[in-house]
Amino acid sequence: MTPKAIVIGGGLAGLMSVIKLVENNIDVDIISLVPVKRSHSVCAQGGINAALDTKGEGDSVEEHFYDTIYGGDFLANQMPVKGMVEAAPELIYMFDRMGTPFTRTSEGILDLRRFGGTKKKRTVFAGATTGQQLEYALDEQVRRYEDEGKVHKFEGWEFLKAVLDDRGICRGCIAQNLATMEIKAFRGDALLLCTGGAGVIYGKSTNSSINTGSAASIIYQQGAAYANGEFVQIHPTAMLGDDKTRLMSESARGEGGRVWTYKDGKPWYFLEEMYPNYGNLVPRDIASRAIHKVCVDMGLGIDGEKQVYLDLTHLDKDFLEQRLGGILEIYEKFHGDDPKKVPMKIYPGIHYFMGGIHVNWEHMTCLTGVFAAGECDYMYHGANRLGANSLLSAVYSGTVCGPAAARYIQSLDKLSEEESETLFEKYLREERAYDDEIRMMDGDENPYLLHQEMGQLMTANVGIVRYNSKLEKTDIELQNYLERWHHINMIDQGSYSNQTVMFVKQLKNMMELARVITLGALRRNESRGAHYKPDFPDRLDDEYLKTTKAFKTEDGPRFEWEEVDTSLLEPVQRTYGGKK
Amino acid sequence: MEQEYFILNIRRQNDPHSSSYWEEFHIPYKPNMNVISSLMYIQKHPVNAEGKRVNPVVFECNCYEEVCGACTMVINGRPRQACSALIDKFIDKEGIEKPIIIEPLSKFPTVRDLMVDRKKLFDGLKKAKTWIPVDGSFALGRGPRYDEKKRAYSYLLSRCMTCGCCAEACPNFNEKSDFIGPHVFPQVQRLNINPLGEMQKDERLKAIMAHGGIQGCGNAQNCAKVCPMHIPILKSLAELNFDVNIYALKKIIKW
Repeated sequence: MTPKAIVIGGGLAGLMSVIKLVENNIDVDIISLVPVKRSHSVCAQGGINAALDTKGEGDSVEEHFYDTIYGGDFLANQMPVKGMVEAAPELIYMFDRMGTPFTRTSEGILDLRRFGGTKKKRTVFAGATTGQQLEYALDEQVRRYEDEGKVHKFEGWEFLKAVLDDRGICRGCIAQNLATMEIKAFRGDALLLCTGGAGVIYGKSTNSSINTGSAASIIYQQGAAYANGEFVQIHPTAMLGDDKTRLMSESARGEGGRVWTYKDGKPWYFLEEMYPNYGNLVPRDIASRAIHKVCVDMGLGIDGEKQVYLDLTHLDKDFLEQRLGGILEIYEKFHGDDPKKVPMKIYPGIHYFMGGIHVNWEHMTCLTGVFAAGECDYMYHGANRLGANSLLSAVYSGTVCGPAAARYIQSLDKLSEEESETLFEKYLREERAYDDEIRMMDGDENPYLLHQEMGQLMTANVGIVRYNSKLEKTDIELQNYLERWHHINMIDQGSYSNQTVMFVKQLKNMMELARVITLGALRRNESRGAHYKPDFPDRLDDEYLKTTKAFKTEDGPRFEWEEVDTSLLEPVQRTYGGKK
Repeated sequence: MEQEYFILNIRRQNDPHSSSYWEEFHIPYKPNMNVISSLMYIQKHPVNAEGKRVNPVVFECNCYEEVCGACTMVINGRPRQACSALIDKFIDKEGIEKPIIIEPLSKFPTVRDLMVDRKKLFDGLKKAKTWIPVDGSFALGRGPRYDEKKRAYSYLLSRCMTCGCCAEACPNFNEKSDFIGPHVFPQVQRLNINPLGEMQKDERLKAIMAHGGIQGCGNAQNCAKVCPMHIPILKSLAELNFDVNIYALKKIIKW
């Protein structure tokens, strides 16, 4: 009998876990919505942090640690973060050996660039597509293991349920084929969720269409805790699109871009006026709030819409081409206008989920045998994520989760193979019945319109600025959506590759998770990191230096607080642009 | 008065076994739309041009940023990503009355509507052993030094999203042939010029000399014309052809 693990998701966290499992002699089934090479990790542009200190600046892992904890407003558990920043240099070398084309210096060693929230050059990068290049390196290694028969990929399959035995131990999962719609049981001795963020809950975000948070929501509904859901990073400069909000890199402001809108018929450079010391280069959260204030509270958005200008037209065209070429190309490609001639229209966009499935320091959830790693966990960023730390946490969490899952499997006295068929049949029956139910839905709600409505509500009330009165109304509305969900019309009658059936399932899970995010925000009467309440503008450590933990009950989420590990660094006030 | 909607004419298919049919949709015009957002409109309003309720169009997409490769389809005869296919550009060029023709990639089995199964592309990468067989993911110290000029070239090759545009345009890649596809060769060359990867150069050359490998290329050069990432496919093909010949020669003279 061979022990086997199931990894859900083939982004950086998933593939890194797979490699570690195989190195620990565990065979792996990967279940992924898309061919793993198309996972959302490919979207990360800027780079990955590691204190390599090759620029003579005296950078250190201690400083990387400080920046990460400080940037996260002290909400991250400190020991796991310490492990991450210490491992970072060796992880970069690993990618280098795997062939990732990191940008080099004239000596042929790894080049570094500076990113927000740091004083040292610490970010390793591969052109303007670092995430893509890292993902491809792991994809190649996993393909090699696939070739050797140690890994089996189930691409185009969606995770539906963890299979838990009568003692609550995970024995595998149920998944559905997105082409044939077959619902199948997978036996496995550990289940690793590496399923990314949940931007789709907000309708439009910088996330990919697969980032619904559905898998994380399922495991929450099965009994796992969900932690710090209220911490959602919003990127101040995203391009507006009909389909999504696309990221416009911070470097556009870094190179001299000015943010403005019209007031009394004249250009108003509001960031420069509101924050004369920092001007357009205020931190992400401050910039997002200012743009929100101008558009929503003052109604001064361009053309009456929620948008302001990010203007580069005053800068020399050759300079722009040289410093921002690739980034400006993206704007022109998707927007049609040349940002060298016409100011870009931007608005803050939902970007990254610091919160996620609650795990212990070995990345196991409170369900025995179920692990989580990557953006879908909550471990490494506290209340706000530092730029270029997301790729690092995705990879590092895989290097912790994979071996931990292997150790767990080796400690088991019974393998999933020995489990009787009846357990799996019970779960299969339930999932097939649920699938039939969804196919028969004949109400009058279009699921995609219902989703659009939820996204707009969440973006308006659980985004940049939060008021308790609006959060309360949002939760009532979300419960209303859960009721309306039952009145969906199954608009697709097809039996093959029915995307609407899958979307309706995801939508319900998104609604459940939206409640966790909303109520988590409601309970936290302070401002910390990305979570901002004008009625409670200060960080209140006495009351809220705690992890939010949500558990599913019949009456909605039940919450607990958990102490945060601050054993290494005493919390200090985080002041934007302030000295540390 | 100018027409307030634009037209999508979509080649549809219910499942892998049925035959395809055409269906037209009228999409209310808004500035800054692309083909993906138009297909998303159909999900919200699944009604065809005749006003008849139909199943929404099935399509693949993920990143919407032309970096994942999922939403590749044939638009007005050209294989490309739907996310970067801007509606305003079609209208500026052809006028709003002219339908935009959307079809699934033709070189791969259709799953449903615009969704195809591109497994063959990934199988090609496996056949050519496009990886560096590292000893492990554990700590083994710094990687090799790497000339930035060579590195920059390998970066261009490494941006391939395995989207399948090149294979779609290639006359030698089809159901009847075993040709692994143009996308494989830039990846082989990228690894062959890597300071560590070149240690297994001969194994990769041997792999692409096998049946369905580099000899399957008919030098039509369509691949490079349609590559959305502008990958220097032809350059890597030329370099590999040279290397393959040297390798074969060495074998003959038992170097």
